[in-house]
Amino acid sequence: MSEVIATNQTILVVGGGISGLTAALEAAECGKQVILLEKSPSVGGRVSQLHKYFPKLCIPTCGLEIQYRRLKANKNVRLMTMAEVTGITGEAGNFTVNVKVAPRYVNENCTACGECEKAVSAEFADEFNYGMKQRKGAYLVSHMAYPQRYVIDPRIVGSDDGEKAKAACKYGAVDLEMAEQNLSLNVGAVVWATGWKPYDAAKIQPYGYDRYSNVISNVEFERMLDPFGPTGGKIVRPSDGQAPKNIAFIQCAGSRDHNHLKHCSRICCMATLKQTTYVRDQLGDNCKSTVYYIDIRAIDRIDDFHRKVKEDPNVTFVKSKVANIVAGSGDNVVLKGVDTEGYNRYANEHDLVVLATGMESNVPAGVFPAGIAINEHNFIDLDSDCGIYGAGCSSDALDVNRAAQNATAAALRAIQVVNRVAGQEG
Amino acid sequence: MADMKIGAYICQGCGIGDRLDTAQLASVAKREGKAAEAREHAFLCNAEGVKMIQDDIAAGVTHVVIAACSRRAKTEAFSFDGVAISRANLREGVIWVRPDTPEAAETTQEMADDYVRMACAEAKYMKMPSASGEQGLVRDILVVGGGISGMTAALEAAKTGYKVELVEKTGALGGVAAQMFKKYPDKAPYNVLADNTTGAMIDAVNANSSITVHLNTTVAKTDGAPGRFAVTLATESGASKDITVGAIIQATGFTQYDMSKLPELGGGKSPDVMDQLAFEKMVKANGGAIKKSDGSDAKNVVFVQCAGQRSDAEGHLPYCSGHCCMTSIKQARYVKEAGGDATVIFDDLRTPGADGEDVYRGGQEAGVAFSKGKVSGVEAAGKGLKVNYTDKILAEDTTINADIVVLATGMVPASGPNPYIAQEIEAADKAGNAGLAEKLKAEQASAPVSILNLQYRQGTDVPHLKSGFTDSHFICFPYETRRTGIYTAGPVRRPMDAHQAIEDATGATLKAIQACENAALGRAAHPRSGDLSFPSFRKEGCTQCKRCTVECPFGAINEDEKGFPQYNEARCRRCGTCMGACPVRVISFENYSVETVGQQLKAVDMPDEFSEKPRLLVLACENDAYPALDMAGMTKQEYSAYARIIPVRCLGSVNTIWITDALNSGYDGVILMGCQKGDNYQCHFVKGSEMAHYRMSKIDDTLTQLNLEKERVQTYEVSIADIHRIPQIINDMEKLIGEIGMSPFKF
Repeated sequence: MSEVIATNQTILVVGGGISGLTAALEAAECGKQVILLEKSPSVGGRVSQLHKYFPKLCIPTCGLEIQYRRLKANKNVRLMTMAEVTGITGEAGNFTVNVKVAPRYVNENCTACGECEKAVSAEFADEFNYGMKQRKGAYLVSHMAYPQRYVIDPRIVGSDDGEKAKAACKYGAVDLEMAEQNLSLNVGAVVWATGWKPYDAAKIQPYGYDRYSNVISNVEFERMLDPFGPTGGKIVRPSDGQAPKNIAFIQCAGSRDHNHLKHCSRICCMATLKQTTYVRDQLGDNCKSTVYYIDIRAIDRIDDFHRKVKEDPNVTFVKSKVANIVAGSGDNVVLKGVDTEGYNRYANEHDLVVLATGMESNVPAGVFPAGIAINEHNFIDLDSDCGIYGAGCSSDALDVNRAAQNATAAALRAIQVVNRVAGQEG
Repeated sequence: MADMKIGAYICQGCGIGDRLDTAQLASVAKREGKAAEAREHAFLCNAEGVKMIQDDIAAGVTHVVIAACSRRAKTEAFSFDGVAISRANLREGVIWVRPDTPEAAETTQEMADDYVRMACAEAKYMKMPSASGEQGLVRDILVVGGGISGMTAALEAAKTGYKVELVEKTGALGGVAAQMFKKYPDKAPYNVLADNTTGAMIDAVNANSSITVHLNTTVAKTDGAPGRFAVTLATESGASKDITVGAIIQATGFTQYDMSKLPELGGGKSPDVMDQLAFEKMVKANGGAIKKSDGSDAKNVVFVQCAGQRSDAEGHLPYCSGHCCMTSIKQARYVKEAGGDATVIFDDLRTPGADGEDVYRGGQEAGVAFSKGKVSGVEAAGKGLKVNYTDKILAEDTTINADIVVLATGMVPASGPNPYIAQEIEAADKAGNAGLAEKLKAEQASAPVSILNLQYRQGTDVPHLKSGFTDSHFICFPYETRRTGIYTAGPVRRPMDAHQAIEDATGATLKAIQACENAALGRAAHPRSGDLSFPSFRKEGCTQCKRCTVECPFGAINEDEKGFPQYNEARCRRCGTCMGACPVRVISFENYSVETVGQQLKAVDMPDEFSEKPRLLVLACENDAYPALDMAGMTKQEYSAYARIIPVRCLGSVNTIWITDALNSGYDGVILMGCQKGDNYQCHFVKGSEMAHYRMSKIDDTLTQLNLEKERVQTYEVSIADIHRIPQIINDMEKLIGEIGMSPFKF
């Protein structure tokens, strides 16, 4: 890896999802020097795994294509993938950041021709598809992956497969000797944008995510819509691969709940409303959707999307926090609870259940210097002078639009720090 | 620049050398493409290959043709300063979409030959863009509106090192936020009410030497462009002042929905039925005591959520204002703290995010009653009020008595008049939609006064999106505006609370600063960030038809006093819609013009009518259709070897001359691929795809004149995810040509 040049006039952006990309590009297009770190082999984050955005039902990769083009064209941003921050010391205007860079085992000679992938045989659970599909030990994260460069899974390094991958590459791009690197960067300000992870559905014991194959999470449901995904773009029941006829969507699965995430994850209501449109588009009148909810939070001017979905006769809303799920006939399950509109008990059978799992912050423990306030929901509180700014879902549970908006604000706060340093240094 | 010298570099890697005769490609580049140098390389993107190109550039090559992978791949390797670069896509666009069979070899080679010809032709007509020299260098920021959004923008800009002119039409800063008794806090713990800090913010603004505050002032005129906006300020006293600013932030906030439109809820009928703002003012005036209009203490207060909101009823607001649930919880706590009872009647209680749920819990802990219900009416009952509602939990109609009823009415954006209303009326009249035309005319008649008074060909104010909000249409780009260098922030952009308005204004400040910096360097703003190319026009050829000025989606082009187009570089987004509009083809960019595309399509070798080798021209949006075609290649979807694909900046830039030329030179079919159009458009240049569809609907005359079938020209809306569908469209066209026959125009 070539020398990484960073000074206390450099802005470090941690996380290459939509928030990190936005913060990095907006700062760079103001003329600032930016280093963008991403833990995984390619940028794009969670949004690259989505089928469509609400409420426009447009394609997330459309916006990512624009971001990647901006990234390719802007020499002010230095992107480092497979890089993770292990510690930060110092203060606003003068931070030292320790970074661990995992080996990709593929260097910049890679042309993404795909010969290494053909040569290897071992398969592993595909992270991009939440393990719903297998991928090879030499792989490209997705067709939209940026950098467009293959990755060798560390588990095949030292095996025959590793050697096969190396032999298959005509361009000397596979480098099995590559080792972990530890860097120390001097930067002036940090934008922290490590996003979120879906709340572990298995922890919601009464819903039986770990017991019933037809209880899945909403991010898994989303992957089913990808024509190159685990089901070839088809909405199916995991138990038998058949199209479902009667889907339940359970809201606040792990959110607004003292036993799990106390906060409201904001996006899940709209995500479910969106997913009912997938059902309508693909299965038409052959499938009903029932949404079990506490409050439908279709905030502000996108409330019309909520009303439009309510007009769909195949979508029913039940105001209820589902109590538990038990086995039903065949591979079906039965949802039990009380419909609070009228206080009626129900036991409703469904052939597929989608849990609208909450958004859990990825803000790590033990990385930040003292004085950075992380609140009880594990989001970074704003302190405009501290030099480390949460962006996107590191600051709150946000939808894509608000995350991009918030990341732009975070970028300005970081610019203020490095401008102050520049002013002092003259 | 020295004389043009084209260098063509043909890669043999990734199977290109195995599948194609690269020596022949080099020969095509030299003989037909007029390349001075044509070199093959086994692995062009590696250090050695790149050095070979760099050495040639050092030796005088001015135009580089890379015949290798897609223009989207290996961009770091193939980035050379100071030369024009054209890419022939032999990998994703040829060998990966064609079967590796002996039968296919000939047509695959022909495809590659043509792409090399096309890339050379494009390069030949490309010039290096350079900033025009008309850049404005002013970096001061104008902020319109002195509420919490505007003050935030001013303070943040000042903190970043920029000077600010802050204009407020009333006699005081602070806006709605200053009228609050308390606020819910902007950091944890969120469940306690915090003091209103707007006063401290006003003091900070007044004390800041980088901020000039103009009270009792409005904007009388805005001319110019980012980096050089010429603004006339008018004070209430009649004085005026001219200032020059680099960018503008419009933070003009909102007005409270007029509750007299809700008589069924008692709006305007009783002084004890009030909106949230009136309630807030009352509590503030009384220092926390809750008093009825007659001065007596109010013991019971009922909050009615979604009053006149989230409803399609005539005169109601169709949207949710986002903040009202949080505000009512806060106000209910005032009541609890004063020793009274508070009930919030709601449909969906909307307190999203980490802070929201804490605020909600804070309300519950304070003893606020929450009831899911639908209020049907508010009426007088004795000395007090009676709220009739359906309790949705108990499923029964019931009533509750109240001393005060607070209607949570919504926010109406103070966004100024819709600049496109005249056009919309004309369109409605044309479409024979009398009802809509009537409605729009009424809206026009009661339009508010202009806020920015833009001296733009396309109206005085920032275009609206839905319901009068000046929001961006794009999920990923919340600040993507249709008026470059002008950003809106706060509740004028979308409904939001003060906490969000502060965040929003901070982001808008970055965009305003960025607009100044870009303008100073002659660089385009989003989405073609950094692009230095700029449209220019040949005045001698211009017929003053005004199509370019009318069709520019960004209001970048004015007309001068003689009716010639007047470009404003820093307002332009470089989409080329003007170039596509021009009937006499006098508009061009240095590196993207009627010639760079026209010469490409003409460079294609045209087999004769009896060869059974049709030629299909595909003009594909570079942001969506073209990447989808690349991904079709990556996933080895086959498509017709007869397709010749040219990426375009936007379908709006497609000039019909390209279609006419293509048909005249023997192409059998033409396919245009752009983004979704209409109200839910996905075109990042707003109208590009729509304009292309409109223009192509007029191409039938040309086809009739040429005696060609109209199916030969087809326009599609596609998305970047149409990886299977796009190849199918191309293959269907090949099939169609097989049915209707080859074009007779082969020479």
